[in-house]
Amino acid sequence: MSKSIRVELDRWQKTALNKVLSKAPERESSFKTASEIEIKRLYTPLDLEDVEYCGDLGFPGEYPFTRGAQPTMYRGRFWTMRQYAGFATAEETNKRYKYLLDHGQTGLSVAFDLPTQIGYDSDHPLAEGEVGKSGVAIDTLKDMEILFDGIPLDKVSTSMTITSPAAIIFAMYIAVAEKQGAKAEVLQGTIQNDILKEYAARGTYIFPPLESMRITTDIFAFCKEHVPRWNSISVSGYHMREAGSSAVQEVAFTLANGIAYVEAAIRAGLDVDSFASRLSFFFNAHNNFLEEIAKFRAARRLWAKIMRERFKAKKDESCIMRFHTQTAGSALTYQQPDNNVVRVAFQALAAVLGGTQSLHTNSRDEAFALPSEDSVHIALRTQQIIAYESGVADTIDPMAGSYAIEAMTNDIEKKAMEYITRIDEMGGAVMAIGAGFIQREIADSAYQYQKEIESKKRVIVGVNKFQEDEEPLKDILRVQIESEILQKEKLSKIKKERESQKVQAALAALKKVAGGTGNLVFPILDAVRVYATVGEISDTLREVFGEHKET
Amino acid sequence: MSRKIRVLIAKPGLDGHDRGAKVVARALRDAGMEVIYTGIRQTPEQIANTAIQEGVDIIGLSCLSGAHNTLFPKVVEMLKQKGAGDIHIFGGGIIPVEDIPVLKKAGIREIFQPGTSTEDIIKYIHTHIIS
Repeated sequence: MSKSIRVELDRWQKTALNKVLSKAPERESSFKTASEIEIKRLYTPLDLEDVEYCGDLGFPGEYPFTRGAQPTMYRGRFWTMRQYAGFATAEETNKRYKYLLDHGQTGLSVAFDLPTQIGYDSDHPLAEGEVGKSGVAIDTLKDMEILFDGIPLDKVSTSMTITSPAAIIFAMYIAVAEKQGAKAEVLQGTIQNDILKEYAARGTYIFPPLESMRITTDIFAFCKEHVPRWNSISVSGYHMREAGSSAVQEVAFTLANGIAYVEAAIRAGLDVDSFASRLSFFFNAHNNFLEEIAKFRAARRLWAKIMRERFKAKKDESCIMRFHTQTAGSALTYQQPDNNVVRVAFQALAAVLGGTQSLHTNSRDEAFALPSEDSVHIALRTQQIIAYESGVADTIDPMAGSYAIEAMTNDIEKKAMEYITRIDEMGGAVMAIGAGFIQREIADSAYQYQKEIESKKRVIVGVNKFQEDEEPLKDILRVQIESEILQKEKLSKIKKERESQKVQAALAALKKVAGGTGNLVFPILDAVRVYATVGEISDTLREVFGEHKET
Repeated sequence: MSRKIRVLIAKPGLDGHDRGAKVVARALRDAGMEVIYTGIRQTPEQIANTAIQEGVDIIGLSCLSGAHNTLFPKVVEMLKQKGAGDIHIFGGGIIPVEDIPVLKKAGIREIFQPGTSTEDIIKYIHTHIIS
């Protein structure tokens, strides 16, 4: 068959194609994605000659999971609709969660403010102006009690974007659940707990890499024993993509970080099959629709191979990449913001066609501020329209077998693996980040992307083409300075009311464990239960571990 | 022969979104300016000190965390306290339009919104700083 296709393709090129090309050249001399993947004019079965169906694609829920993480996919149940939200105080954010759940959202996702993410209390001098701005402010267990008030934690699954203080916030979550009468073993959700991408792109690190990795693996060990349904990490490519990486780099750097965590856990004495099924991932859904679909499929297949071939995982579950997706914040435009609704819809569709397990759709007004309730409403409805109206959820992995998609899936996997090999040669992701390699690669891609926009080689509708005079968007969400004042008052009240001797004792016990080799999660749980603050616990660890400084 | 314009690109506060700051720093460098980039998580005082030590002509502040109303005016204040209140400051990030007059009154001379081309920033600097 290939022979006749080759002959026919050749004939077509010499006749029909050349006839048109000789009169009307194509829009570009060559078409490339931002990952430098050459997009061919036409893909045919010839591009898939090396693909062996059972080995390379297989079946959903079976190795190598190219066609999906689970055998029924969205025919069984839709992806979890999980909007990332958090602002001002726990009281305000609790209202937003209830609004989202009332409107059909199926999981929670907590955004914490920057002081919380960097282990500073709301009354710390460096927190000034930042309290409650990019997420909700959490100082003590009291705030977490308010945040989840009236939300049964044994019923809902919760994702928490928290890394450096992941153990602290996770401990608070467990403590709140216990107060609600829910046992730790039934809790479902995810903590981000991915420190490597903080050094590489996101910036909310506290401790040096080695100490941070210890906290990460302590959480793995703790979850394995006590919170078995919890995803103990979300290895995140999202932020590296937002910082400017290409799709290939996103896959490569995320999986390289994933490899580093697996190696660290094995070094800490864990058996690969005891924790691997609780690793989860987090990707971006960007503008190039076909490349993004191929990216998700390639990432899933490549991770499966890494787990099986490199780490000798015996269980199939250990080889499954399950992931959350968020549409690309950096692709949202300030100009003509309503166009963002359309961008988000395409990006979300790519994530669904790529087989995501959960999804956040961005709001149209996020180039202005945190999203308003109206904008969040459209964003959630976008997911529901894809799920209930578009029909794409009724058959599994519908893009499979497309010559273009399968060829691009192969291209992305191959190019990502080339990067991973380079990172291996540098001694792994920790070393590559330490040497600034990953940061430089991301910055180079970001600069290239910007230059392409400015030269109009890359068109962004409403920004460098089809511009118009317009009034900036009104009715945006404002987090008032009163939230910061209120939060500081709450903190000072708690500090007066709690039993300070118990707090001091808990912090002293934590310090002792930190200086030794015990699992940090246990003394942190004891400390949060007596209302020690995020800042106090972080400072105790800072004293022992020191702090990381950007190089 | 004209001397090179010296620019400080700075990230005040806890915000880690440094894509824009890095892109602008590199574009200004490619446009022939001397650019110092502070890196993330700088206090207003650290920024003022760096600006003075490096003898810069102009400072660009970037903030996407929503803390601009607190942090940008503090940089101005710190520079004034240290006798360098004449250094020109502009800013960018996720900054609601209604905050712009407040920031300008506090001494931030211009705010660039998302989607601004680096060409526009280069032109702006050449208009305000004589090399």
